[in-house]
Amino acid sequence: MSDLGWLVPLPVMLPLTGAGLALALWRHASAQRVISLVVLSLTLVASFALLFAQSGSGPLIVDVGGWSAPVGINLVADRLSSLMLAISSLVVLCVLVYSLAQGVADGDEETPVAIYHPSYLVLAAGIAIAFLSGDLFNLYVGFEVLLAASYVLITLTGTAERIRSGTIYIVVALLSSVIFLFAIGLAYSATGTVNMAQLAQRLPEIDPGISLALQLLLLLAFGIKAAIFPLSAWLPDSYPTAPAPVTAVFAGLLTKVGVYAIIRIQTLLFPDGRADDLLMWAALATMLVGILGAVAQNDIKRLLSFTLVSHIGFMIFGISLSSEAGMAAAIFYVVHHITVQTTLFLVAGLIERRGGTTSLDQLGGLAKIAPLLAVLFFVPAMNLAGIPPFSGFLGKIGLLQAGVAVGTPMTYALVAGGVVTSLLTLYALIKAWNKAFWQTAPAPVEPVHLPRGMVGSAAALAVFGIGLTVVAGPLYAYTERAAHDLRDRAGYIAAVLPDGGRGTGISDRVAPEAAAAVDAAEAVGPVQTVDPAQTVAPANTTGVAP
Amino acid sequence: MSHGMSPNLLLVVVIAVLVTTGVYLLLERSLSRVVIGIILVGNGVNLSFLVAGGAAGGAPIVGSTPIDEMSDPLPQAMVLTAIVITLGMTAFLMALAYRSWQLHRHDEVQDDVEDRRIARIAARDEPIFADLDADFLRADLERDAAEARDETGPAAEPSSGTESASGTEPPSGTKSASRTPPEVPR
Repeated sequence: MSDLGWLVPLPVMLPLTGAGLALALWRHASAQRVISLVVLSLTLVASFALLFAQSGSGPLIVDVGGWSAPVGINLVADRLSSLMLAISSLVVLCVLVYSLAQGVADGDEETPVAIYHPSYLVLAAGIAIAFLSGDLFNLYVGFEVLLAASYVLITLTGTAERIRSGTIYIVVALLSSVIFLFAIGLAYSATGTVNMAQLAQRLPEIDPGISLALQLLLLLAFGIKAAIFPLSAWLPDSYPTAPAPVTAVFAGLLTKVGVYAIIRIQTLLFPDGRADDLLMWAALATMLVGILGAVAQNDIKRLLSFTLVSHIGFMIFGISLSSEAGMAAAIFYVVHHITVQTTLFLVAGLIERRGGTTSLDQLGGLAKIAPLLAVLFFVPAMNLAGIPPFSGFLGKIGLLQAGVAVGTPMTYALVAGGVVTSLLTLYALIKAWNKAFWQTAPAPVEPVHLPRGMVGSAAALAVFGIGLTVVAGPLYAYTERAAHDLRDRAGYIAAVLPDGGRGTGISDRVAPEAAAAVDAAEAVGPVQTVDPAQTVAPANTTGVAP
Repeated sequence: MSHGMSPNLLLVVVIAVLVTTGVYLLLERSLSRVVIGIILVGNGVNLSFLVAGGAAGGAPIVGSTPIDEMSDPLPQAMVLTAIVITLGMTAFLMALAYRSWQLHRHDEVQDDVEDRRIARIAARDEPIFADLDADFLRADLERDAAEARDETGPAAEPSSGTESASGTEPPSGTKSASRTPPEVPR
């Protein structure tokens, strides 16, 4: 296991290095393009290597800088993290190719590369930090890194419309970050640690009321980021105005980072499921309100934004069941949804390019002039709606089965809500497809050349979405193992804190004279024992190892 | 509490005041006030880390302070990170407010396009959807976004910033002027 540990920091280091290089070479647009492409390709390779390294020997752990775990920051690549990393780096690379082709075709008006490439790489790094972090504060830093990059990307070129929508996005995101930070401060006050494995050991020992308050604060912070109703109103208003590739990568990944964080805290930190009822109601409301919003939309991008909100509800549904089957289905659904939602937004960008608008009233007749585009929209749309044999169907059937298996009235209500949502998704997307592709064109559109790279990357993601069906068996088995690991907890904690609560770092060499100066008995006492008396006082000697 | 540590009451009061005033300012329309609100809330939360650190003590340097009397260094490290992040975000928000002022001569946070559209349709008491063949002004969101007025500002002309609307015909005068609906397949 340790021989592959060097892979773990790569998905963070590579894009960050690339971002620095791209910023330094801001005058050389072609060099920036090469850097981004190379760096993100290498990230993809590293992420898939991590995915295939998850062969039952437990999570891969890196204690950053050699500081052992509860003191230093650690990166943890377990099954869930590796899967999320692999999918996200694939999506990030495809969207990069799309935006490169768009930039070549448009002369970089829409995506000024000098700013675009460094921000995009920082975004990729931030997503990777969030997935790999084994430490609550480092998770916060990861969120801030990706959010700071997203602030730049969503207000790119600073037009009036983007400033308007970007303002709302940024203020809401800042608020959720502040809430998250407050929760971290409270968690440290209550337990004296921010390391997630150690929190998992100590949280059951503190007052249950305080623990519940912490859980709700964290859920509130992540719920805003994941766009769970009623915390979702910012999303459909802010996403559609950004450039098409930016919207696509935001829609695919940013909300899923929030979902990932919810999965992590619900399984590792608060496994007793006290917020499950709340999450179930939130899931039901998110599914139904989101899809009703989508049905009412007359603009493809806004419609897709509402389906994004709606389908976050499916994932929360799976998480709230607190069963292994539910969690496995939720993870599978996250993978499916990242791929499909990104594809749909990329295709919406192509439609806007070809038809001149995304308004369904002004589009029409595209099936005749751009048949490939019609197929490219139709396939992921059916995938999202959950038509067999696509992966959306498999994910939904898994969720419904898990819901029925739990068998309380509320889960039956969720199952019914899920079915209704699927039908309404189908209705909304078919309506959009009919209007954009079949109705008579209101005005003839002049022929526009669609760059091959844009169509190619969107098609590649669409094919990957279909490919998820082909590998659904192994993938579902993998998510089941991931769900098992998540609910097991002991494996994670033992891997992060082996040998009685100390990570694999070498912090005992940091202060050799301290060990000499301090009486040995005094030094051993206060460090990292998990008895309740200790948990109240912050372990303020953790910097000094025996 | 085992060590007889009760949180510093003064800090708690200051945190409460900062967060309360910050939240009040966050609810304002003007982006400058929102920025100040974010700063206040952020600083309140940053102070909460000092409470989390427990009682004050000597410098946490091995050899200079006995271990019992050290202050907890971890929250200080975290709060430094948080302060830097807050600083950066505040700078970005202020740049945004300035850009908004450049464009509109005000820095009001504007309403959702959708909300404005629904409010306008409700004021005219019209259905949101009409049949395709009804002779009915069909609001297009992007055109609305261009011509829509923010109720907070003075009379504004259609902003030319929406590049995606450039492919559409320009809005023809007032709202009552009926545009020809698109041809419908029959």
